[in-house]
Amino acid sequence: MRDVAIIGTGQTKFGRWDKSNTELFCDAALEAMEEANVDQKDIEAVYAGAVFPGFEEGQCNIGGHLVGSLHLGNIPATRFEGACCSATVAIRDAYIWVASGFYDIVLAGGTERALSMGTPFATKTFAMANDCKYEGNVGITFPGVFAMAARRYSKIYDIPLDKLREKMAHVSMKNHKHGALNPLAQFYQKMGNLKVEDVLNARMACDPLTLLDCCPFSDGGAATIITSADIARRYTDEPVYILGVGQGSAGHLGAQEDITKPASRVFSSRSAFKHAGLGPKDIDIMEIHDCFTSAEIIASEAIGFFDWGKGADAVEEGQTDMGGRPVINPDGGLMGKGHPIGATGAAQVHTIVEEMKGKAPKGNQVDPVPEIGMTDTLGGGFNTLAHLILGRSRR
Amino acid sequence: MKEYYVLTAKDFYDGLKEDKLLGLRCKECGQITCPPLPTCQWCGSKDLEKTELSGNGEILTFTLTDVPPEGFEPHYIVCLVRLDEGPTIMGRLDYDAEKVTVKYERSQELIGKKVKAGHIVLPADKYSMGEKLVPLFKVV
Repeated sequence: MRDVAIIGTGQTKFGRWDKSNTELFCDAALEAMEEANVDQKDIEAVYAGAVFPGFEEGQCNIGGHLVGSLHLGNIPATRFEGACCSATVAIRDAYIWVASGFYDIVLAGGTERALSMGTPFATKTFAMANDCKYEGNVGITFPGVFAMAARRYSKIYDIPLDKLREKMAHVSMKNHKHGALNPLAQFYQKMGNLKVEDVLNARMACDPLTLLDCCPFSDGGAATIITSADIARRYTDEPVYILGVGQGSAGHLGAQEDITKPASRVFSSRSAFKHAGLGPKDIDIMEIHDCFTSAEIIASEAIGFFDWGKGADAVEEGQTDMGGRPVINPDGGLMGKGHPIGATGAAQVHTIVEEMKGKAPKGNQVDPVPEIGMTDTLGGGFNTLAHLILGRSRR
Repeated sequence: MKEYYVLTAKDFYDGLKEDKLLGLRCKECGQITCPPLPTCQWCGSKDLEKTELSGNGEILTFTLTDVPPEGFEPHYIVCLVRLDEGPTIMGRLDYDAEKVTVKYERSQELIGKKVKAGHIVLPADKYSMGEKLVPLFKVV
């Protein structure tokens, strides 16, 4: 297997867009291609995360339309769907195909127009990521999954629910503080100075989670250009290397042993660490799938940064804020930056790459420039997980 | 070709309609799988037989849904219940909505309470392939 690098990334602003999924993907893709200095004829395949284009705008079979729009000839294009994890699954596959030598350069990214669906229908479609017969039909929502996880966490670790909610509020405060400083974020220049009470007293979404415990619905696109480490040097002096990849799966929530210790996330993150020959202590900067405040805490433990039951204390103490280690979601995360689900994983990679080039927005840039970074992306009720470990230096 | 499912989703729903909670007993490890799968959720064996469960269990966790998916009426309680026979399933909880919110300081005491399964029927929507049969738990 060859070493693999990222030579370009692009991300649209996240928020509400009057553009199609194809347009959002292509805006991000062309930005990534310009940054990478790759010509259209250089790209050999397109891998695109897109979860609900059929529901959002009546678009299926989006891959061909991406290739046609970008004038990439007649190269193969494949849509990847793993709910909110789709783009990371696409990038992991791009990694594997490039590492194998089958392709030299792949365009991988994602797109989504979830905000444009409106809350009731978006909530309905997102809930389709659960088991349709035994979970979706009950009426569970994703805030509901992480509300249930929060109550379970409170019970298991004997943290009074009020205390746990205060600790969880710090996830929202931290990520909105960073998102408010990110010009590409949905909540740029908004909610940068939240207090615990603001989070606790916001409108209840799914008890005990308020709206400020939740990420928003979002529209947006993001893209990456993936090539071999050797070819990367022809295009850029600053490639970012993919050092390890992992992916994991699980069935319905009831069949998972403990929803506060998602085994699929443990499997996926351990796979990525093993692949990279690294461990949690090596990670300087981390993009975690903070779809909900409780979700970031659970993820920070499952990946191995904190002992079980200690992630809530860690965020409250600021261990994952700027100056902490690892810094978690310096770009605002899903909560502050937004969560166009098909694009989210590629946007996480975009952030890590920008950070490693020292080009992140003021207030988002980690100092010193991080050497090793990681992304964590979750699809559904821990049904699809994927992790990427990125580095400024080749192994 | 051989059909591997000893108990399908339709069979499971038909059982719920009569307040019967159906599952599978593994002939290799003896443990119970619910809701149905083509393999034992514990050991992976395909050697399964249909069995009727007691419907008894205890609440692992729950939430009150204020912002539901399109087609659902708000303010219902979703819960995860560990059945006495071992597996955990999702259902609705028939309980006072005010006592499952953070405003009620003893709400967490509901975790661990014993429940018994019945059912409710929710109307079909465009995507549900017919009406929805949902386990409805009551505290006993």
